Amino acid sequence: ISVDAVKPSDTFPRRHNSATPDEQTHMAKFCGFDHIDSLIDATVPKSIRLDSMKFSKFDAGLTESQMIQHMVDLASKNKVFKSFIGMGYYNTHVPTVILRNIMENPAWYTQYTPYQAEISQGRLESLLNFQTVITDLTGLPMSNASLLDEGTAAAEAMAMCNNILKGKKKTFVIASNCHPQTIDVCKTRADGFDLKVVTSDLKDIDYSSGDVCGVLVQYPGTEGEVLDYAEFVKNAHANGVKVVMATDLLALTVLKPPGEFGADIVVGSAQRFGVPMGYGGPHAAFLATSQEYKRMMPGRIIGISVDSSGKQALRMAMQTREQHIRRDKATSNICTAQALLANMAAMYAVYHGPAGLKSIAQRVHGLAGIFSLGLNKLGVAEVQELPFFDTVKIKCSDAHAIADAASKSEINLRVVDSTTITASFDETTTLDDVDKLFKVFASGKPVPFTAESLAPEVQNSIPSSLTRESPYLTHPIFNMYHTEHELLRYIHKLQSKDLSLCHSMIPLGSCTMKLNATTEMMPVTWPSFTDIHPFAPVEQAQGYQEMFENLGDLLCTITGFDSFSLQPNAGAAGEYAGLMVIRAYHMSRGDHHRNVCIIPVSAHGTNPASAAMCGMKIITVGTDAKGNINIEEVRKAAEANKDNLAALMVTYPSTHGVYEEGIDEICNIIHENGGQVYMDGANMNAQVGLTSPGFIGADVCHLNLHKTFCIPHGGGGPGMGPIGVKNHLAPFLPSHPVIPTGGIPQPEKTAPLGAISAAPWGSALILPISYTYIAMMGSGGLTDASKIAILNANYMAKRLEKHYPVLFRGVNGTVAHEFIIDLRGFKNTAGIEPEDVAKRLMDYGFHGPTMSWPVPGTLMIEPTESESKAELDRFCDALISIREEIAQIEKGNADVQNNVLKGAPHPPSLLMADTWKKPYSREYAAFPAPWLRSSKFWPTTGRVDNVYGDRKLVCTLLPEEEQVAAAVSA
Amino acid sequence: STVLEGLKYANSHEWVKHEGSVATIGITAHAQDHLGEVVFVELPEDNTSVSKEKSFGAVESVKATSEILSPISGEIIEVNKKLTESPGLINSSPYEDGWMIKVKPSSPAELESLMGPKEYTKFCEEEDAAH
Repeated sequence: ISVDAVKPSDTFPRRHNSATPDEQTHMAKFCGFDHIDSLIDATVPKSIRLDSMKFSKFDAGLTESQMIQHMVDLASKNKVFKSFIGMGYYNTHVPTVILRNIMENPAWYTQYTPYQAEISQGRLESLLNFQTVITDLTGLPMSNASLLDEGTAAAEAMAMCNNILKGKKKTFVIASNCHPQTIDVCKTRADGFDLKVVTSDLKDIDYSSGDVCGVLVQYPGTEGEVLDYAEFVKNAHANGVKVVMATDLLALTVLKPPGEFGADIVVGSAQRFGVPMGYGGPHAAFLATSQEYKRMMPGRIIGISVDSSGKQALRMAMQTREQHIRRDKATSNICTAQALLANMAAMYAVYHGPAGLKSIAQRVHGLAGIFSLGLNKLGVAEVQELPFFDTVKIKCSDAHAIADAASKSEINLRVVDSTTITASFDETTTLDDVDKLFKVFASGKPVPFTAESLAPEVQNSIPSSLTRESPYLTHPIFNMYHTEHELLRYIHKLQSKDLSLCHSMIPLGSCTMKLNATTEMMPVTWPSFTDIHPFAPVEQAQGYQEMFENLGDLLCTITGFDSFSLQPNAGAAGEYAGLMVIRAYHMSRGDHHRNVCIIPVSAHGTNPASAAMCGMKIITVGTDAKGNINIEEVRKAAEANKDNLAALMVTYPSTHGVYEEGIDEICNIIHENGGQVYMDGANMNAQVGLTSPGFIGADVCHLNLHKTFCIPHGGGGPGMGPIGVKNHLAPFLPSHPVIPTGGIPQPEKTAPLGAISAAPWGSALILPISYTYIAMMGSGGLTDASKIAILNANYMAKRLEKHYPVLFRGVNGTVAHEFIIDLRGFKNTAGIEPEDVAKRLMDYGFHGPTMSWPVPGTLMIEPTESESKAELDRFCDALISIREEIAQIEKGNADVQNNVLKGAPHPPSLLMADTWKKPYSREYAAFPAPWLRSSKFWPTTGRVDNVYGDRKLVCTLLPEEEQVAAAVSA
Repeated sequence: STVLEGLKYANSHEWVKHEGSVATIGITAHAQDHLGEVVFVELPEDNTSVSKEKSFGAVESVKATSEILSPISGEIIEVNKKLTESPGLINSSPYEDGWMIKVKPSSPAELESLMGPKEYTKFCEEEDAAH
């Protein structure tokens, strides 16, 4: 027996990287190279090529079972205390049917954002449910399909107020009864908009300057008080000030909704609707507003439209407001939403229904009431007299002593100041817990009653004027799935409408839809990771902290940087954070005037949107005929602005899928003219182990952990966008007002720019995914992943180049990890547009590639390293077959208007109808390729009409009788 | 696409019809054709002013959102409110019912710098060929 034969059998890289060594050589040869390494040498410019990468930990990679054991060890270092901290994060019972069938189910977590509506009707329905939950509970008619967290949702609302008043009033007032993290995130964000944030006690708020665009208040307040805002809103409106209200969904099941006070915008978090705290996230935040401001609403919005046969169908509405089209004119830079978490929250509402939610709320309120009454009886502390919902505020002589005593009973309280404590109750609190609290507060004295014995005496604290009377969640969907069987089947009904990585490759360019391995996903739902409050004492989260340190170290090695911030919750949030770091750096040197940002025209649209949010002036530079950045233009722009240059934003390899040769020279030009280089990490999957942003010359870079580092796309979020920086920028990395944080590893000096997200380490709960991916792959596995991603793209480009023009290539004729095929010619020869090809691909069982970006009229394909050669071939076969279908139109054998592409996709309802008038056969429409005979994914609607839905915007569930009406009038 | 006689055209694809003291402004047939079906029009407020080559509104289609630049400077005297309810008028009648604003020009000489119909037709052909 050889030693190799008895080594562990559960190594991971071969499960993640699809191509075997033999296949790699075969594919390289097909591309005209004798070996994969010679293809890579020809593709990645020598001047930026790394010799090797070595990790200080996990260099050889852990096996899957070793990884699980390591995570078990980390989990055991986290201590789960009972949390009464509140502040926007509450423990909740995640219904197990939702935990297993959505959160742990790849059919829900591996989907992409629902741009291709016809194969996404399931999660579109669920997200429409989410929007309906939000509009019903807040009492405002329009909601988006989730934002990143409550703090950034409030900042988005602040930006809306600024836009509504067209930038004419430059003060935004925040009442001091808002969560501290919300206030801090708004303050950071206000800087770039040149807004002044004034924090003020509610009763001292003053609009007499005439310069106030909006005011943010919280309901219930951060310390629990429930106030009547009717007069407050009237007064604000009389002064021309817009009112933003941060609120709590569970409270709104029993409290008068903000819409009935006249609030203009309502924000909050849906976390406590069945989404674990997870040491800070991910959670779905929401933003609701009136009809008047609906077109200013940031984020993705699901709307109702009709399909080609006039039946109701859903799709994302008003997409052209998104930054990839509007760039620096966009209303916000937000792209990624929190779809998976919004879906969990929506399902929680579906499962409990209006009565169930209300009884949970009443129970929580009842427990808080018992606690309040008991404390009064004990006479050891003074309880705030204002009405409350779930949070009781207590004045006592020594808050820290009580918190320490609580800690001994594994209870976390919120210490507001040295004599003030709050205790927030939630769905998981029990009578026993309240008894334990009594003991803590009695500090050794006997407690002459039990929580249970007090219950009958407790009065409802909410005055009748603030009691909710309006109905909510009256739609049948919220009233028919209350047993587990019913909900299980509803979840499966929806998921069967959606194409995910369970079915086939999703070759979206710039999105890196790679394997989300099961071992990576497992720790995400372990209680020692899920049940920790983000503001719990750091000593209780040592497992998390150790992981952050290791991860920061590994990411520094991968990127060539010196320090990382894990706070930004999405790629665009990372861009914004990175640019703010650059801004803080310039300011620290007295260079307040440095505000010019150079951005190539080929950049992702979020780049200019993010730069605009930092108050930067954008100068666009062009590309040459080969799609490369025009270096001479960069030089001219940099030299012309050398006194005011702040930064360059550049994506590498370029958005055109090419390793540009002059990248190091471009970085030099920027540095010589006093600027900093921001690298967009969207294409990091082509760099890992081969080169690195730090090595190339970038000063800061964000990583899309949901692309390169395996966090699943979740059907449109969560994502994460940590930023890495060189030493000179490390002091400025974001901190947090409640739990101080900064760069990992920690820099010597700190001068943080403020908070970027509501939670100190962003969406900490999903970091184990990226961490385990890196640790199991090791440095070698990761480098192979980059190589194979490049090989796979070149193999596909080679197979397809005879059928479609491949648009851009590097100097040696190869592409990077993705490539663009040009369909523009078909508009003239066959009347065919990229959308027709994408919709026809659905009939072949595939999700279309990225459409018309970065070049209109093209498709961008990114296979990733985890697709097998067989799958790549199947996708190429589909595209080649579609090319033949286009040829039939070109030859005049098929009608230009009425052909199998224009008619696509073909759902069963169309194919099985009694009448069939198309000039091609039903069988050919449905089964154009042999593999479809044994297994076929069926689109559930015909092509969705975008125009109809955008002209008549409907973003909540319609009563059934109106659905029929919509279909008839269509 | 149609180009009308008697109108002046900007290279950002807006037209101006100057009659007496009033100039009517909209986007050309060529522009609406490239945008596709219009779903929303963002219009300026009454009694505000516009400046040459500065944005006064936006047109949203399902493909793109496009800023609309004013070909001339002046005071806005009327805004086509019908576009709010029926944005499709821009597609079906770009030069008539789909007009966007009426302006009292502040420097009529600006009209001289705009293109005539023949020149604009040629401009569109060249621009299409370049893409």
